[in-house]
Amino acid sequence: MRYSGFKVIKEALTGHKGWLPAWRDPEPKAHYDIVIIGGGGHGLATAHYLASVYGQHRVAVIEKGWIGGGNVGRNTTIIRSNYLLDGNEPFYEFSLKLWEGLEQDLNYNAMVSQRGIMNLIHSDAQRDAFVRRGNAMILNGADAELLSEAQIRQEYPFLNFDDARFPIKGGLAQRRGGTVRHDAVAWGYARAADSRGVDIIQNCEVTGFRVENGKCLGVETSRGFIGAGRVGCAVAGNSSRLMAKAGMRLPIESHVLQAFVSEGLKPVLPGVITFGAGHFYVSQSDKGGLVFGGDIDGYNSYAQRGNLPVVEDVCEGGMAIMPMIGRARLLRMWGGIMDMSMDGSPIIDRTHIDGLYFNGGWCYGGFKATPASGYAFAHLLARDEPHETATAYRFDRFRTGHMIDEKGMGNQPNLH
Amino acid sequence: MIINHPLLGPRDSAEFVYLGTANLMDRPDPDTATPEDWHDYAYLRDNPAGPHRELWFHEGGDRSILIVTRDTTTHEISSVELARNSGAQA
Repeated sequence: MRYSGFKVIKEALTGHKGWLPAWRDPEPKAHYDIVIIGGGGHGLATAHYLASVYGQHRVAVIEKGWIGGGNVGRNTTIIRSNYLLDGNEPFYEFSLKLWEGLEQDLNYNAMVSQRGIMNLIHSDAQRDAFVRRGNAMILNGADAELLSEAQIRQEYPFLNFDDARFPIKGGLAQRRGGTVRHDAVAWGYARAADSRGVDIIQNCEVTGFRVENGKCLGVETSRGFIGAGRVGCAVAGNSSRLMAKAGMRLPIESHVLQAFVSEGLKPVLPGVITFGAGHFYVSQSDKGGLVFGGDIDGYNSYAQRGNLPVVEDVCEGGMAIMPMIGRARLLRMWGGIMDMSMDGSPIIDRTHIDGLYFNGGWCYGGFKATPASGYAFAHLLARDEPHETATAYRFDRFRTGHMIDEKGMGNQPNLH
Repeated sequence: MIINHPLLGPRDSAEFVYLGTANLMDRPDPDTATPEDWHDYAYLRDNPAGPHRELWFHEGGDRSILIVTRDTTTHEISSVELARNSGAQA
């Protein structure tokens, strides 16, 4: 069923009796060409691009809970492609271009809103670094714009420009960045993949891999064995737990990241703002809530909740750049579990087991990467070679010294 | 989280810097270790869901390093000891 304005009017006039479930609830088959573990944004996007771009239709997505119940529904919904390094920027720009055409591709309203993102500058050194990053973005086909303090005062007059400790001296803007309704990303990909024959199997937990003679033959699940020509794992947050079932240790720690939303307010914040002297990012949802977050808590965690010191730190960041945020009441806060990799960048690669592929290590940048991650993983699964934008996301980069360390922090996952 | 310091009593975790798994105390022998040993030591992690032995540096306190055993699914701390008493070679 195709969604359209005409369909909405027709259904309104006929009692809304013609709407169908957006995806089926199939029983697992005995064998698929490709099985994807993880029904989050990345897994569902992988299934969609496998079916729509790579002509693979005997595909299943296996999800232990319900689709979209993990990090795709827990993030702060920001999309952008403002990275510095060659291994990252072409990939994230590819992702942003896919976001720009996503709703037409999926025939689904994901509320992609290119309201712009602004990274604030508070010192000369930071301006130098942001100019360099902006140039790297432009060289890779993205857009970047260096703004003066006066220009930002026009767009965001309520910011705390003259703060004694962290005065705002300018900003690096990416106008094509913005926000997306995150749940709709999962639902839109699920519906599009399902319409091309992909089986989305929920409440089905993978308990192990069946590996014989170094080849993965399928997965053992809570609903029985499912055979597969190839198996792709896309369970960021729980990657170490899943891959341990295949005997792997990963260059990843799991950490909790908290996010927050205020009560609904009238429109006050036109775009996405980030604080350059601390770690704080905020946008306003279409319902009116201020959606914001900051650093990870900084210790290994699989508990989807954080602790108070980071709550305080995030709120201090908000007060530092946007004092009026102190008048808003906090409505909800929650936590999600991140795959924090050893260099702050993701992994999309084969494993040492034939037919077993891995996608993870997204740190806390996975949401904006969803379309390109799915596309690149689909390419890898269908062709057994990396997509041209994801060639650097290899497992062995830690062995060969080709780390992609945007922040230059080394192998301390809690600092990325 | 409250970390019950063996010398100083209950302290706010915000006084500490997290340094990762306590396995990092078992450094490969530089005379015999292969590059593969160093790769595994520096970059690979068990990352368990459940009890985890980990290092917390009391930067805002007595600057001791503690070995904290903490459940990563609940944040419950079951034991705290001074790393220097653990017998590991620095």
